[in-house]
Amino acid sequence: MTASIERAADPIVDIVDVHQSFGNVDVLKGVSMRVAKGGVACIIGPSGSGKSTLLRCINGLVPIKSGSIRVATFDVHRLHTDAEKIALRKEVSMVFQQYNLFPHKTALENVMMAPVHVLKENAADVRTRALALLAKVRLAEKRDAYPGELSGGQQQRVAIARSLAMRPEVMLFDEVTAALDPETVKEVLNTIRELATEGMTCIIVTHEMRFAREIADEVYFTDGGTIVESGPPAELFDRPRHERTRAFLSQIL
Amino acid sequence: MTIRTIVTRDAVGSGRPMPVLLPQATALVRDALAERRGRMSSWRLTPRHGFTLLALFIVGCGWAQAQAGPQHPSIAATIWKWTPLLARGFVFNLAISFLAMAIGTIAGFFLGFAQISLMPTVRRGAWLTTHFFRNAPWLVLLFYCMFLLPFQVTVFGITIPIPDWSKATLGLALPVMANVSEIVRGAIQSIPTGQWESAASLAFNRRQTLWMIIVPQCIKRMLPPWMNLYAILTMATVLASIVGVNEMMTQTQRALSAESRPGLLLAFYSYVLIWFFVYCYPIARWTVRLEARYAVNQ
Repeated sequence: MTASIERAADPIVDIVDVHQSFGNVDVLKGVSMRVAKGGVACIIGPSGSGKSTLLRCINGLVPIKSGSIRVATFDVHRLHTDAEKIALRKEVSMVFQQYNLFPHKTALENVMMAPVHVLKENAADVRTRALALLAKVRLAEKRDAYPGELSGGQQQRVAIARSLAMRPEVMLFDEVTAALDPETVKEVLNTIRELATEGMTCIIVTHEMRFAREIADEVYFTDGGTIVESGPPAELFDRPRHERTRAFLSQIL
Repeated sequence: MTIRTIVTRDAVGSGRPMPVLLPQATALVRDALAERRGRMSSWRLTPRHGFTLLALFIVGCGWAQAQAGPQHPSIAATIWKWTPLLARGFVFNLAISFLAMAIGTIAGFFLGFAQISLMPTVRRGAWLTTHFFRNAPWLVLLFYCMFLLPFQVTVFGITIPIPDWSKATLGLALPVMANVSEIVRGAIQSIPTGQWESAASLAFNRRQTLWMIIVPQCIKRMLPPWMNLYAILTMATVLASIVGVNEMMTQTQRALSAESRPGLLLAFYSYVLIWFFVYCYPIARWTVRLEARYAVNQ
């Protein structure tokens, strides 16, 4: 924990002692995390440990009960009006497990929609940028395809391009490969890897341990709503300090 | 509906068909279809209904012919004689159905959106209104409109009469409104929450999300039940005869009393039914086709 704080001297995402519960169920019980600008944090852990909820708290989709979350210049826990949340979400974009592309729009329209209608940018400029982004995720030729005509991996890459079109400061990835076939997992992971090496700040919830080890600056192991252990991947994967971490890793690796 | 292959996606061997699961899946599909039929309006017009009506009509004609005295013209001639009057009545039925559907749809859209409002008062009010008009008998609503609305209004000294047919139209528009409201609410709520989440995370506001992302996806889902509702409404327009509107049913009664031959009863009423069948059957067929198409695409 101390190591991570030293490394992230000027964090772009600063989460301090966050609690969250749904009804009587405590989902997050005091989670703290810091991610430096350009840093990559991977969150691993068993299902139901609060990983996805934590991501949703970071972009304000889920309100928190106590603690504080700061992202860039936003105090997320103090945002109440829709306008404030919308301002935050222009900086923090999220990619979902189920892609959630808009099925009535083509791949290109999916990418263009938010910049044109939310950022009110010039449609011709957005189009150029959207085409470049589709080329970047290697789907230039699929620009006129509807989501229903694309494979899972292709849909997920369109979803990543769609998020990037907003030019966010931080990208959140919520188990983006969990619904994919093993063969298509790689293409999506490669896209994320490219982003990370280009300096995009990423917070990634994943079950792909090898990917996490390779890409992460800091890995967080969560269980039961708390961060059990965190550290650089080499430390956490090779010399886990906690019994719970060891048990989890031995089951997965 | 048939199932060709069941494909599972698990961590190990993905995309491989698992024929072992076929009987189970067939049973699931059957159950789902049965459940759906139970929930939706349970009947659909089929050609068999048409043939039954035709048979009824022929029997009715035969019966009327058998009872006819030597002084009476043939049954075919009698029906032919009255057909222009009945057709005029039918046009009135259609006019009422169009108007009631238009008014009901517009009002129902507002009510449906009010049902998903973020303001609890609006939501509860809309819910109450919807369920009151949805569960009230159509005939009762029709009577309310007929007898509670004034037969004329005076605005700035000008007296505007309110004709009966417009009151009947309003009376029929009310249950249409409530049903459309439920169709709208149901369609919006049937869109996966992931769509709302991803729209929110792309910084769309609620209004943009509704109009650009949710509603366009709803139109396809709303169309079949909406058309179904229209067919039901068309058949319900004959209720207006009870409150004295000159629609087809009223005209039939007039024709029958003018003829004063009880033997004509079956022939005339089955003749009216055939008119409605011919109008509603294509709509029903089209609805079935749309439903099948969208069920595959969703």
